[in-house]
Amino acid sequence: MNRSAFLNTVRFVVLVLFQVVIFNHINFLGYINPYVYILFIVFFPFDKDNRIPFIFFSFLLGLCIDIFSDSGGVHAAASVATAYARPLLMRSVFGVSYDYHHIKIEKTLFGQRINYLILLILTHHFILFGLEIFSFAHILLILKKTVFSAIFTLILCLIFISLFSRKSK
Amino acid sequence: MQQIVNFLIRNKTFIVFLLLFVFSLFLTVQSHSYQKIKFLNSANWVSGTIYNKTNQISDYFHLEEYNEQLVEENMKLRKLLINKNIEVNDSTLYADSLYTDYRLYSANIIKNSYSKKRNYLLLNKGEKDSIKQDMGVITSKGIVGIIENTSEGFSNVQSVLNSLSEINAAVANTGNFGSLKWDGKDFKTVQLVDILRAANVQKGDTIVTGGMSSIFPKGIPIGKIKEFSLDASKNYYLIDVELFNDMTTLDHVYIIENLNRQEILNLQNSINE
Repeated sequence: MNRSAFLNTVRFVVLVLFQVVIFNHINFLGYINPYVYILFIVFFPFDKDNRIPFIFFSFLLGLCIDIFSDSGGVHAAASVATAYARPLLMRSVFGVSYDYHHIKIEKTLFGQRINYLILLILTHHFILFGLEIFSFAHILLILKKTVFSAIFTLILCLIFISLFSRKSK
Repeated sequence: MQQIVNFLIRNKTFIVFLLLFVFSLFLTVQSHSYQKIKFLNSANWVSGTIYNKTNQISDYFHLEEYNEQLVEENMKLRKLLINKNIEVNDSTLYADSLYTDYRLYSANIIKNSYSKKRNYLLLNKGEKDSIKQDMGVITSKGIVGIIENTSEGFSNVQSVLNSLSEINAAVANTGNFGSLKWDGKDFKTVQLVDILRAANVQKGDTIVTGGMSSIFPKGIPIGKIKEFSLDASKNYYLIDVELFNDMTTLDHVYIIENLNRQEILNLQNSINE
């Protein structure tokens, strides 16, 4: 097992534990929870030719969260869709000619990083709450939950990225 | 044939994505249905142990609160005993054979949730403590939910704060009954529907369990009427019920087993056939 695989395994386990033990129980203002486990999808190394492992592990991540929080398959669906859409979002933020193989989220420009995170988080949260509530009559509730939780997730993600990225000096 | 294989290989990423996505949609749809069998839930060994450990830690921060609740409940029970002149020193009173209708088990909630549309709780008692599906869960203040799934050492509770739950309930002083549902908006209020317009309901009236179901005994408190209006057909009331229980700070609960449940179900089945 090489270093990258080891790092990703640790990240997987730690993020699932943090999510189910702490972040699922914050319930800020009664319903706002951050979904920080999305960082796994943000950090997973980009491989243009073989994306299947990435999609599969994202699915597994969502499924673990689902089992812990008794939510059927909503996290799995949201994670797998976000993982599939990631190259598209990267292209729209970092440009077509960007060398994806060497992209490191902690080395990107601050503005680009925020744009990239916002797109990923909004995609994920919209699918998540859309499936969880599952009714067009409640579209306003879905949007409300999406936006407020996304803000919370974004702030925590930015903090985590700056905390756990090594200084390149 | 060659073309089909080529197509599959070219689009393998998309196909894998589609398969996984459809599978998670299937799980989601299944969790929306009333079907009782769910094969992926938190009543398993891994998540049960993790929640148990974290709950042990977080319980320390609420010790005072729990003690107060217990003292309050003890006081209520003492009052009852004194006023009914029951001899409490008699040890035969505690013999199981005396309780022929309902049996109680105590349990702790180790995972609580109230911010979703379908909320499930996790208890630290399971099959080995003879907990089974469709037992009622209450606290000293009122009802909490119904046992939905059990594993060896843990069980899942479908909370009253779950858009799938439907509990028979009645207005305490008039006896008119309807069913208790939740619209998913506010974790302090649930909705009571199907109460006839002719019923005399007032703000502040107490709502209790109706005794029409084979799960809860009659007369367990649920909440009080906060507001009421007529529904679209103008024949039934739509009542907002404010729960007595604060669903956000639950910990100690009692599980009620109706010992006559099987008999009731058999009888109902024989009528339906």
